[in-house]
Amino acid sequence: MTQMNAFEAIGHALAEEMARDPRVLLFGEGVATKQKQLLEAFGPARVRNTPLAEGIIAGTAAGAAASGLRPVVDLLFSPFLCFAMDEIVNSAGKLRYISGGQFEFPMVVMALTGGGWTVGAQHNHNLEAWFVHAPGLKVVMPSTPSDFKGLLKAAIRDDNPVLFFTDIGLTFAPGEVEEGDEIVPLGQAAVRREGTDVTLISYAKTVHTCLQAAESLAEQGVSAEVLDLRTLKPLDEATILASVRRTGRLVVVHEASRLCGVGAEIAALVSEKAFDALKAPVVRLTGPDAPVPSSYPLEQAFIPQADAIAAAALRLMQTPEPVPA
Amino acid sequence: MTPISQDPNPLALLERMMLVRAYERKLIGFHEAGQFPNVCTSVGQEAAGVGVVAALRPEDRILTNHRSAGHLLARGADPGRMLAEVMGRATGYCKGKSGTLHISAKELGVVLTSTIVGGELSLAPGVALAKAQLGEPGIVVCFFGDGAACEGIFHESLNLASVWNLPVLYVCENNQWQAYVRRKEAMLAERIAPWAASYGMESRTVDGNDVEAVLEAAAAAAAQVRETGRPYLLETWTYRQRSHMEPHDPSYLVPEELAAWAPKDPILRLTTKLKAAGLVDDAALEALEARVAGVIDDAAAFAQASPFPDFSELATDVYA
Repeated sequence: MTQMNAFEAIGHALAEEMARDPRVLLFGEGVATKQKQLLEAFGPARVRNTPLAEGIIAGTAAGAAASGLRPVVDLLFSPFLCFAMDEIVNSAGKLRYISGGQFEFPMVVMALTGGGWTVGAQHNHNLEAWFVHAPGLKVVMPSTPSDFKGLLKAAIRDDNPVLFFTDIGLTFAPGEVEEGDEIVPLGQAAVRREGTDVTLISYAKTVHTCLQAAESLAEQGVSAEVLDLRTLKPLDEATILASVRRTGRLVVVHEASRLCGVGAEIAALVSEKAFDALKAPVVRLTGPDAPVPSSYPLEQAFIPQADAIAAAALRLMQTPEPVPA
Repeated sequence: MTPISQDPNPLALLERMMLVRAYERKLIGFHEAGQFPNVCTSVGQEAAGVGVVAALRPEDRILTNHRSAGHLLARGADPGRMLAEVMGRATGYCKGKSGTLHISAKELGVVLTSTIVGGELSLAPGVALAKAQLGEPGIVVCFFGDGAACEGIFHESLNLASVWNLPVLYVCENNQWQAYVRRKEAMLAERIAPWAASYGMESRTVDGNDVEAVLEAAAAAAAQVRETGRPYLLETWTYRQRSHMEPHDPSYLVPEELAAWAPKDPILRLTTKLKAAGLVDDAALEALEARVAGVIDDAAAFAQASPFPDFSELATDVYA
């Protein structure tokens, strides 16, 4: 075990995968400038700076992926993905299907998002649900340095386009990371804390907020289970449903806004497939339907807080259970 | 697997242009006879596609767009599998999942067709990067129109291909129309080729309705791309004789412009030239037309007899 932060974990994953597979290459806005160690290890053909032009970066990745390479591209901040939507959604996501399965698109698109750096609404926008909605794409959003490394390695080895979102608030938080070739498979949620009374489901930095809430709930005699989705698509339905069936109560928490967010999908899933197990309505705690402000207190207020999560869980505990028919 | 067409003989070029025309006339005929999927034809532009594709090698890759039938047929695509694709049949090149708009045929090196205008420009540098990085021989040809040249991605693509020294032969088919808008309404310059200079890239505009001139220019351009590993922009100056898509809507076309371009029709020009040179006579031309018509009739019969895809195909091929 080694201590490292998310940025370092990403660097380790890239170095290991590039050493393992000569088809893996990294390009994007400043990657050769910022990742000097990768440039030195793998040379300028495989670690490339690009113009500040997200469309052609993502399009070049899609063209290269369909032609035998396994590109990883860094588009910096998630709102910049708007410049690359055609290439990611219409090309990388659809051309396999449109071609009747003639091509594969093994590529990873990395972007930063979330509060923490007061960068404001055009550098911070949790738009991960957009890509969950688009066919042909997978979406990953880790919460621990260990998962940043293991999930990125899995994403690079996957034969599909994967959106890899890095929560800004987690970038410099240290954590234990296994040494060596540890893969975290895509599509597997992790139970971060076991509990029996209520399930708190989240991903990225609000997983840690849920863990804080679970701690305070425990002090009040409520046993909360905390589930970290890790991959938003494919969604680990089995783990979600098994947890809700155990606890009968669900609070879904994410920083992204509520309407048509990932939480809406989970609430719908649970109502469709585990309605009989529910002892109370599903509750969502999310960011508001607003652009993210820059001012630090406002930016923090945008993000669901531990006190609110604990309060929501306590309200669910007070909901009278339905009388059995 | 279909063999790739390469024969640069003028009669072979003529036959391929006639095949493209007959294929698209067949689609137009289906429209005139009743309901049929919307299709974009390249009637009048056959020389541009046939001439460029004749300059390519089997290891080269082609990216095309929504007006792609000429490029595919020029490369040797089976018109039966193309028509089957247009009609949504399981025997089509893409199992009926593409339709007319994005037919790709990996076996022919016709890869990654995007119908979002400019999409093919965004993908081309990556295909060329893979070739360069994997040490594979061959160049990448990217067909687009003057409409795509007005998209921002045109600039991004040419700039990156030039900065990264990628072997891309950009071919702009300037057909004077951008969907429903005349080119003159959408850009001030007449020509696209001069824009290449801004990217440190060589370029040339060629008479796109003279198939032999296109072949000569494309062969020279392709040779330069092979030798230098650097991109090149070839503009074929041509004319779209029909409306943006079928069913034909002549209401917005310009009669004087159509009349001025009519004598420059690429098939008419080559037949006139070959007849004058004594290389074909009317009897030979009639025989050629009959042969091409037979090929297309057989293709249509194959497509019409082909089954639709099974419903189990609805959600296959989404993920690898």
